This record gives sequence, structure tokens and C-alpha cells, in this order.
Amino acid sequence: MNLKKDFPIFKNRNITYLDSGATTQKPEQVIQTIDEFYKKYNANIHRGAYSLSIEATEYYENTRVKIANFINAKSKDEIIFSKNATESLNLLAYSYGLENLKKDDEVVISIMEHHSNLVPWQKVCKNTGSKLNYMYINKEFELSDEEIESKITDRTKIVGITHVSNVLGTINNIDKIIKYAHKKGAIVIVDASQSIPHMKIDVQDLNADFLVFSGHKMLAPLGIGVLYGKKELLNKMSPFIMGGDMIEYVYEQETTFAPLPNKFEAGTQNIEAIVGLGAAIDYIENIGYDKIKEIEDEIISYAIENLRKLDYLDLYLTPNRENHSSVISFNIKGIHPHDVASILDSEKVCVRSGNHCAQPLMRFLGIDSTCRASFYLYNTKQDVDNLIKALEKAYNMFKKYIKNI
Amino acid sequence: MEDLTEVYNELIMEHSMNSYNKKKLSNANFTSLGHNPNCGDEITLEVKLNGDIIEDMAFSGHGCAISQASTSVMIDTLKGKTIEEAKQIIKTFINMIKREITDEEELKKLEDAIAFQNVSNMPARVKCALLAWHTMEDIIEKKEKQGKGNIDCCH
Repeated sequence: MNLKKDFPIFKNRNITYLDSGATTQKPEQVIQTIDEFYKKYNANIHRGAYSLSIEATEYYENTRVKIANFINAKSKDEIIFSKNATESLNLLAYSYGLENLKKDDEVVISIMEHHSNLVPWQKVCKNTGSKLNYMYINKEFELSDEEIESKITDRTKIVGITHVSNVLGTINNIDKIIKYAHKKGAIVIVDASQSIPHMKIDVQDLNADFLVFSGHKMLAPLGIGVLYGKKELLNKMSPFIMGGDMIEYVYEQETTFAPLPNKFEAGTQNIEAIVGLGAAIDYIENIGYDKIKEIEDEIISYAIENLRKLDYLDLYLTPNRENHSSVISFNIKGIHPHDVASILDSEKVCVRSGNHCAQPLMRFLGIDSTCRASFYLYNTKQDVDNLIKALEKAYNMFKKYIKNI
Repeated sequence: MEDLTEVYNELIMEHSMNSYNKKKLSNANFTSLGHNPNCGDEITLEVKLNGDIIEDMAFSGHGCAISQASTSVMIDTLKGKTIEEAKQIIKTFINMIKREITDEEELKKLEDAIAFQNVSNMPARVKCALLAWHTMEDIIEKKEKQGKGNIDCCH
């Protein structure tokens, strides 16, 4: 099944796109939905008494219902729109963390967190006198049960965990983490940015307290993120950003706030991206997560098998295939990843190189940076072959200069 | 980039992988750290000045081939020059990478550093090529401030 035909960029650019972990390409269906929105529905929401504005509002609110169903939230009021996962996490750090943490409380995150689920907690911990503790990975690039149980303690109030690492592709056992954290009285924030494009998320089944993701990593437009939160927790929290549309009554010195979800959605929202996210969900559901998994399993197994044959590569991924998603980090021994990425680019192979917004993880692994190939439903075995061929070129260009390997 | 060997040429490869300028100076009087936070490239530049003459230079650190080679070639180019000459060469190099100078005569003043001309065709790598040169600018600025400081205290 080659889904490339649904993605116009592949008609316009002759590229091997292996950077879906950064952002995915967009299918025609999503692009058309946005186009149609501006041509037929555009008006500001929650404002006008005229029917166009009411229709735009309905479109917007129906998308919220679609997202609630997509992740099996109990209520549409548990779905808050944000700019991206980063903003969702900042909202939680400020509106939940700052208000609930006290001196000597503990926040536990993993060493594989993206800076967006790490830097806000540093600030909140500094401001409240709480301690920021880390769960470290083992030699298989995974969090062991022992590590989880030794770091989450009776003093832990918040656990922040990425479902899938954006560097290692490790799928964390969030089921275990959530159950254990709840036993210890902590709430759990799941960063699903790298998992929701690839696997079914059911927030009630997981019993996650909060869950965040970005639309643009799952076929939707840029600039739209989602925060899911249990209603009873969101109700107790203060707003994060103040302004229009999030209020009930405003007096000269006092304001009362709107109920959920508007309380957390100040100002005019990114309506085009929200309807685009609705179209992306339709696209994913139309193909189905089972099919997506089947496509990705075949390509990623093929990629791992072929990358392992290149003895000049260091691979940073778990040997347990069932615990690995669709991101593969690697280095050519002795060659800096930026040079590798530039040579790959000359072969029109797009990979990311750098620290992937995960400097503490890089430091823990004893490296500066990696190249990262990340795959999605439109990739093919041919893409993997192109990657391998480009890596051979990079190695051959550099090999006579490489020392000490 | 059509032909990558124009960027990853022999000179750049040799300097990046096996630079004789990668060492410590025992008598440096200026040191500065250059860092590209987005990519993690990090170099420490050491300079031994004798009056206005750059008597010796060395570097340590890590990064991609282009940043490492650019540092090493810069050292070869600037060693023995006066501060004023160095400032001119740095300006010419930066302008070459930004494609603001293409005049061959002008570029010849760069000596071996002209080997980086084609980096200007790779926008993603411009900052790698410029790291050392900006770091040297910092050192010159420090030196000039210090100079002024001395004059001030003589008043």
C-alpha cells in the first residue's frame, strides 16, 4: 500500500522524507479541508449572532467532539486546544505544577524527555522548592520496572513521561508508570506527541490524568496542540493565558472565568488548524491504526535489519522490537552527524541531525548528537534503500580520513 | 549542492580529521569559547598575542567537519598577522560565506580559507563555517577593550 499519492508534496519534490518525527507531510484531504474552510465557513467563533459565525463555531466544537472520541475522553470539555504539545505542557507546569507543588515534593520525569517536558519542570521545581528526579534508561535504552519503582516515591506528586522517545523510539510502559504513580498518590502527564501518530490512545483505559500532543506530527497543520485532562483536575486549575473568550464577568478589578473548556482558550483560536486536525483524524481512522502498524512494522523491521548490516554505524535503539516505535537514531562512527545529514541531503534524503531537544539524554549517552530517521505511513522500502545508499556514500567519502574507530 | 566534493574537499577533510592546530598553548593570553547551541558544536580558541601580532593560536573542542576544519584553517591564515590585518581577513571571510563578496582578488587574501567558498551554497552549514571566525572576533573585541582600559587607567 503506497499512500504517497495522497501527499501532494511527493508529487512536487523528489525527496526521501525521513523526518516525520519532526513534522509529518500533509495529505490532500487535510489541505482541502483548510481550503474549504476559508472558502465556505470562515468567521470568528463564539462571537457573532449571524449564521456564518454560528456554523464556524459548530465546525470548531464538532472537531473537539471528534478529538474527544478519537482518544476516548469522557467529555468534550476535557479537550483543550493549544498551540502545540509544548504549550500544553507549559499550561500544566504553570496551572497545575506551580499551584499544587510544595517544598520537598518531588516531580519525576525520564532522562529521555524532550526539553518541553523538562525545562518547565525545572522552573516550577525551583519556584516551589520541589525536587526534580529522573528515571534513567538501562543498556537496552528502556526504563526498567525497578527504575520506575525506585524513583516514584510517596513524595512524588507529578510524573511526566513521554509515551515514545523522540530520539530512541523506545515505547515506555506508561500503563505500569500510571498504575504505580497512582498507587503512590501522584498524577501522571503523558506526552503522546510521538505515539499518537502511530498507535491508538485511549485515555480512560490508560487512566492518564493529563495527556498532550501536537497536531502537526499526525498529518494536521502546524500550530495546533491538544491538552487532555480529567475534568475534575482541569476544573480546579486556574487559567494559564488571560484574555477574551475565557471569561464570564469582567469588572474593573475582578474577573470570573468561563467554564471548561473555554477557561483555557483565551483569544481567537487557530480555527483552520483545528478543522485541519479533524481532517487528519478522519484520514488516520479511515486507514486504521492496525493498517498503520502493519505498514510501519514492515518498513521499520526492514530498516533495522539493513542498518544493522552497516558495521560502521552506531544504532541507539532497544533490541526488543515490540518496545520500539518508528524513530531510529544512528551515527557513522567517527563522522559528525551534521556532515552525514548534509551528504544525505545531497542524495535528497531528509533526516534530522542534532540533539533533538534532548540534551540531558545526549549527555547521558555520552554523545553530542545523532542522525535520526523517523518513519510514517507514507514511507516505503524504497525510502529505506535510498537511506542505505546515501549512508554508503557518506561513509565512502569520509572513510580514508576517519581515525580511531 | 550539486557536487559535495566542492565542500568536502581534500583541504577541509584533512584539517577536520587530523588538525595539527588542535592542541593546548602553554602561553596563551586570550581564550574564548564558541558554541552553536542548536547543533552542539563547541570550540575553545587560544591566542598568544605579542603586542599587536598574533604569535600563536590553537583550538580544542568538538563539532562537525566544517566547523573543525574552518577553525584549523583560520588559525593557519591568521597566525603571524597583526590584529588589524586579522580583522580585515575575518570580515572578508564572513562576507564570502554570506555571498557578499565574489571578487577573486579580494578573496585571494584569505589564502587557504578560500576553500570554504562553497559552504555559501549550503545555508544549513553557514553557522558551522563561521563559528571560529566569530569566536576570534570576540577575542579581538576583548583585546581592544582591554587596550582601552589601559589607556583609561593611564589618564
